[in-house]
Amino acid sequence: MAVAAGRPTEQEVPENPLTVGLERLPVAPTTLVIFGATGDLARRKLLPALYNLAHEGALPERFFLVGVSRKEKEDEDYRGECEEAIRRFSRRAPDEAVLKGLLDNVRYVPGTFDEDSVYTQLGEVLDGFEKEAGEPLNRAFYLSTAPSFFHVIVEKLGQSNLASHETADVRLIIEKPFGTTLEEARELNRRVLAIFEETQVFRIDHYLGKETVQNLMAFRFANGMFEPLWNRNYIDYVQITAAEDLGIGTRADYYDQAGALRDLIQNHMLQLLCHVAMEPPVNFAAEEVRNEKVKVLQAIPEPTAAEIPKMAVRAQYTAGHAGGEDVPGYLEEPGVPPGSNTETYAALRLEVDNWRWAGVPFYLRTGKRLARKVTEIAVTLKPVPHLAFSEGGSLGVQPNQLVLTLQPNEGVSLQLGAKIPGTRMKIRPVNMEFLYGTAFLSQSPEAYERLITDAMRGDATLFTRNDEVEAQWRICDPIVTAWESTPGPLPTYEAGSQGPEEANSLLRPGDRWRAI
Amino acid sequence: MGRTDKVWSAQGTTPDAIEAALRQLLIEAHAEREDFVPARVLNMIAFVDREWTGEIANRLRGVGRYHASRLVVLAYEPRRTRLDARVILAADEHPAPGEPVLLRETVVVELGDRHLDDLVTIADPLVVTDLPTLLWSPHGHHEIVADLIPLAQAVLVDSVEGPDVSEALDWACTLSDRAYVVDLAWLRSTPWRERVAAMFDPPWLRRELGMLSSVTVRHHPASTVAAGLYVGWLSSRLDWKPARLVTHDGALIGTAHASRQDVELRLQVAPELPVPGLEGLTIETAAGHMLRLDRGPGGLRARFAGRREPDRVWTIPGASRGETGVLGEGIRQALLRDPTYLPALRHARTMLT
Repeated sequence: MAVAAGRPTEQEVPENPLTVGLERLPVAPTTLVIFGATGDLARRKLLPALYNLAHEGALPERFFLVGVSRKEKEDEDYRGECEEAIRRFSRRAPDEAVLKGLLDNVRYVPGTFDEDSVYTQLGEVLDGFEKEAGEPLNRAFYLSTAPSFFHVIVEKLGQSNLASHETADVRLIIEKPFGTTLEEARELNRRVLAIFEETQVFRIDHYLGKETVQNLMAFRFANGMFEPLWNRNYIDYVQITAAEDLGIGTRADYYDQAGALRDLIQNHMLQLLCHVAMEPPVNFAAEEVRNEKVKVLQAIPEPTAAEIPKMAVRAQYTAGHAGGEDVPGYLEEPGVPPGSNTETYAALRLEVDNWRWAGVPFYLRTGKRLARKVTEIAVTLKPVPHLAFSEGGSLGVQPNQLVLTLQPNEGVSLQLGAKIPGTRMKIRPVNMEFLYGTAFLSQSPEAYERLITDAMRGDATLFTRNDEVEAQWRICDPIVTAWESTPGPLPTYEAGSQGPEEANSLLRPGDRWRAI
Repeated sequence: MGRTDKVWSAQGTTPDAIEAALRQLLIEAHAEREDFVPARVLNMIAFVDREWTGEIANRLRGVGRYHASRLVVLAYEPRRTRLDARVILAADEHPAPGEPVLLRETVVVELGDRHLDDLVTIADPLVVTDLPTLLWSPHGHHEIVADLIPLAQAVLVDSVEGPDVSEALDWACTLSDRAYVVDLAWLRSTPWRERVAAMFDPPWLRRELGMLSSVTVRHHPASTVAAGLYVGWLSSRLDWKPARLVTHDGALIGTAHASRQDVELRLQVAPELPVPGLEGLTIETAAGHMLRLDRGPGGLRARFAGRREPDRVWTIPGASRGETGVLGEGIRQALLRDPTYLPALRHARTMLT
C-alpha cells in the first residue's frame, strides 16, 4: 500500500458496497495523538475506551497511538502506564493478546507543549508510523490538556506543518471547556480556525456521546405520537435538571474557577435544551443536526443586566446531611478559597422565541450536594380545558407530565390521571413507565468510545460546532459577568436539600420545581 | 443470575397453570423488592432433546447479558406422556448501583410425542405478547420448527450443523420465506466481512473491488457453509454471477463472473482449525494486490502485498468471541435485520448445491 500521488478521492469512487448491513463502519487507518497523555482523562477514559474499541475489533485496520506530555519517560514506561490505566479503568477485563497488540503500537513524546522540538519529534514519529504501515495514516490530535494550552498546541501544530497532510485527513479533537467566556471562546475559535478548517475540528461535549442523549432524538423523531403535542399549544413548561448528590470532591481547583453555570449549564444542559426544542432535521447528517441546534440557541435572547436577577439564581451549599452522614459546606471543602463566591447551584429561566416555543419557559437547574443524583427533562403539558368531574373528583387531576430520565434508570415516564377504584369518580395521577434497561440486550458503550470512533471517521454529528459554542456562550456570558461583578455572600442551601428557596422566584405562578 | 432465583415446578401441568405461575412469581418478586422489574426484550423458544437439555442450558448460560428475557425450553422426550414444567425467575446478580434489578424468566416444559400435534397451543401462552420471539431448535426437528414458526419473527439456525451442505442451505432458504433467519454460520464471518470491507474502503483501493481476480477461503472441515456464505456475500455485494463449485483436490473450486473478469473461487479445508468458522482468506486483484487474513492471537493477522510494494504484515486487534459469544450475538441479532444475509445465502446456494 505505497503512498501514491494522484489517488482518487472519496468523491471520485462509488460507495463501498461491502459496508451495507455492517454494524461497524470502516474507520480509516489512523494515528491518534493524545496531548496530556498522562492526565486523569487519558487514564480514566481515553485509554480504556481505546482498549475496548480494540477488544471489539472496532479500531481502524492500522492504528497507532502517541502520548505527548511534559514528563520525561521512555516509550516502554508509557506503555506500562497505559497498561495499568486500562487494567484499572476498562469496563471489561482485558484480553492479554489484544492488550499487547494495542500497546505494541504506542509511542511517547516528552516535552512541554510550547517546545518546537516536541513537534519535530512528533512529526518524525508520525512519519515513522506511515513508513511502517506503508500507507498514509489519518492523524487525530486529541487535546486533553488544561485549556490554556489549547491555542499553544494548535499554533505549534500549524507551524510544524502537522495540521494538514497531502494524502490523509488531519483532525483536531478538543476537550471542554471551550473557553470560559464568550470572548475566550471566540478567540480560541479564531486561533483554531486560523490553522484548521472547521470540518477538521471536533469539540467534545461528552454528554452528546451518551446513548441517553442520542435516545432523545429517537424519542422525538421516531415516534409520531409526541411531535403533534411538541409545541406551545400543548406544552406549559419544560424543566431540565442535572442534580448531583456529591460535593466537589478533590476538584476544588477546577470547580472554584468554573462554578455550576460554566461546568454544566453552558454546555451539557444547553445541549439538552437544544435536543428538546430543535426542529426535526432534514436528515441526521452533522451539519443538518447542528444547524437546527444553533437555530434554537439563536432563538434564546441574550439576557440583559436588568433581566438577570429575574431569570438566573445562584447559590452555594452549606454543611448538611447526605447519605446519612454529616457533610461540609462548600467553603469548608478542601482547597476552596475562603470566602469564595463560586456558585455550586445555578438555575435559569430561558425563553425560546420562535414559532414553536414562544411563551414556554425552559427552566434549567443544576447543583452539587442536592438531595439525590438525577438528570432529567420534564415536559409539563397544559391542563385539560374543562373538568367534567364533580368538584371532589377533580381534586387529584394534574396536568400530564412526560419525564425523560437520563440518569440513573434511563427511561420515560408519563404521568396520567386515573380513577381511584371505588364507587366515586375520584382521580389521582399514576405513572406509565418505561425503562430502557429492561428493553435492550446490549450494554451501552462508554461515551468516549463512540466519540473517538466518530472523530476518527470524521462524523461531527455528536460534536459542537464553532457557532454553537459561541451561541451557548452568548446566553451564559452576561450571567457570568453579572455574577462575577456582584459581591457575595451568595444565597445558600443546605447540603442534601432540594436547593435554595430563591430558585422558586424564577417560576411563573402555578409552575413548580419537581422534587429532586 | 441466581442470587434471588424464585422457582415453581409442577408435574402433570398445563400451559395455563404455567403462565399463572409466571405471573405469580413476578408479583411475589416485585412485592419483595420494588426495584425488581421484568426484562422485556425478547422471547426465545428452544426446542431441544431432553437428554441434551443440560448442554443447551450451559451454552445459554454463557451468553450473559444476551440472555433472552423469557426463555421457553421445550424439552422433548419421545415416550413422555405427562407435561411437567419448571419456572425460574432469576434476578441479575450484579445490578448497577441505583439501577433496577432485571428479572429474567426461564420456563422448562418437558413433553413427549403425544404433545407434538398441539405444540403451538403449549408454547403460545408462554411467550410474552408483543415481544419479538426467536425460535431455536439446535437438534434438528425441522418439522417442529415448521409447526412453531407462526409464533416467531426470527429463527436461529447454525448452517454448519446441517448433515449436508445442500440441505442446510435449502433449509435456511425455506425458513427465510417465513421468518428472519439468524444464522450462526453467517455471524462467525462478521469480523472477516468487516475487515475486508474496511481494507477495501480507502478510495484508491475501493475501485479494485471491481477487479478481484481470486478469492480463497480457508475453513473448518465442517464449516463449508460458512465459507460459502462468505463468498456468497462477496458475490452478491459485488454483482457477480455465481456458478456451481466443484470438488478438486480436497477443495471446492469454481468461477464467478464479474463485469470485468472472472473471479476464481476456492473453499479450502483447514483441518487444523479447532473451532467452527473461518481460518483465513486470501483475496487477489487484477491490479496485483493481495490481501491475506488469518486467525491469530489477539486478532486477525493481515498481510498485504503488491507487485511493486514490499509485503506488509500486521495484526488487527480484536478478541475472539468464542462459541458462546457467537450464540449471544445470534440472540442479539434477532432484534436487528441484516439485509445482506439473504442475497449471500442465495448466491452461496447457487455455488454449493
